[in-house]
Amino acid sequence: MPINKIVASFDEAVADIEDGAVIMVGGFGTVVSIPSCLLEAVYRKGVKNLTTVSNSTGFGADVWRLQGAPFPEDMDILVRNERIKKAIVSAPVSALYVNNFEKLLRAGKVEIEMVPQGTLAERIRAAKAGLGGVYVPVGVGTVVEEGKEKRVIDGREYLLELPIKADFALIHAHKGDRWGNLVYRGTSRTFNPTMAGAARVTIAEVDEIVELGDLDPEAIVTPGIYVDRVVARPKVVQPEEEKEISAEAKESFEKFKATGLRKEG
Amino acid sequence: MQEKARLDRQTMALRVAKEFQDGDMVNLGIGIPVLAANFVPAGREVLFHSENGVLGFGEVTLPGEGDLDLVSASGQTVRPKPGMCFFGHDESFAMIRGGHIDISVMGAYQVSEKGDLANYMVPERQVGTIGGAMDLAFGAKRVIIAMNHTTKEGKPRIVKKCDYELTAPNSVDLIVTDIAVIEVTDGGLVLKEIAPGWAPEEVQSLTEPTLIVDPDWHEIELM
Repeated sequence: MPINKIVASFDEAVADIEDGAVIMVGGFGTVVSIPSCLLEAVYRKGVKNLTTVSNSTGFGADVWRLQGAPFPEDMDILVRNERIKKAIVSAPVSALYVNNFEKLLRAGKVEIEMVPQGTLAERIRAAKAGLGGVYVPVGVGTVVEEGKEKRVIDGREYLLELPIKADFALIHAHKGDRWGNLVYRGTSRTFNPTMAGAARVTIAEVDEIVELGDLDPEAIVTPGIYVDRVVARPKVVQPEEEKEISAEAKESFEKFKATGLRKEG
Repeated sequence: MQEKARLDRQTMALRVAKEFQDGDMVNLGIGIPVLAANFVPAGREVLFHSENGVLGFGEVTLPGEGDLDLVSASGQTVRPKPGMCFFGHDESFAMIRGGHIDISVMGAYQVSEKGDLANYMVPERQVGTIGGAMDLAFGAKRVIIAMNHTTKEGKPRIVKKCDYELTAPNSVDLIVTDIAVIEVTDGGLVLKEIAPGWAPEEVQSLTEPTLIVDPDWHEIELM
């Protein structure tokens, strides 16, 4: 029987995600790198007490609507609706304004494990590659080393960093085929190919599904072996009714335009 | 006493860019660092790396122009450039951690006399963003800090010991501020260049640790 990983809808794709699941969410700051429709489907399913693994905690859909993004939801949909019990994250807050995640953190409504970005990538890769951990020099002599085994290798100090495994990895790619082979577009790879295969189930949201053979074997970034489900974004977006955009979102968008996503430094 | 003129952000960025050598792979943080991309010395080919998985990109587009699938780590859209390539996050940080990035330029809250860097957490806020800063500070061959010499309240940012949470101990190589250029050496902080109109003792008075004044110190060279 032909292998067919294509799933008809986003709701079907996330149907077995339960309360308390550990989910990886691919992408970086910019919403186009993020599996927006899968995040919306997870939200719709109503699951809670999630442990999430992601680079950041989102800016909120309004910021991206203002930039014309057709699929504007990011991690903030799970943050603002208080679906997250614990976030394993590299860039949780903004230096420019207090985001929704910081509000929850201050209210004691969410736990955090902050991980240097490269260490986050490598701990995820370790899970995907079947490693028991990796020795990483980053963080020695800082808060990051607390509670970790230290080892000197060739005269340099390293920390043992353990793999991060998940139940589900939600990722976004540009094109995919029925075997789960994926290609990406521009700077939207980020954590997506890193997370593919690091969870029990990897679900890829793609801009377009193509026939087997349409993807150049020399150019496939994520081999289908790492991917369990492929679901396509709708081709034509129904123009949604004008939503009221909050003054807060407008302000953060102006700051975003002026200074970008990261803090100085 | 009238406040002396300090270098503006663009001028600091210009001074930082003088450090870029032909063939360097350079990662620029947000703020003053990213402005340095506009001042690469003529005749030098420098490739810019960004954590989100791109090497060799072109200049920043105007806000609202450009393609959201082609951004730097700051979220600014940039232009494509021949030779540019894309990669995932594990590869991007292999480049950083593995010592393949020649220069990382970042901002900072504090730098100590040993070159300790504090640039991710303000104590009053109790939460910060480590992001890629630690990897860059630990992994880049050379770390250049571009920051104002003092806080808004006039307190030194160059201190004996950082009281802010550390990003990386012993990691900074050069500090470019709005009044001086200071090299971090095993023997201490060496004052190499000073803003026009300033004297070494005036820079010292705004710096906590004792500076070693380079006998060949001179005005900050911009051209």
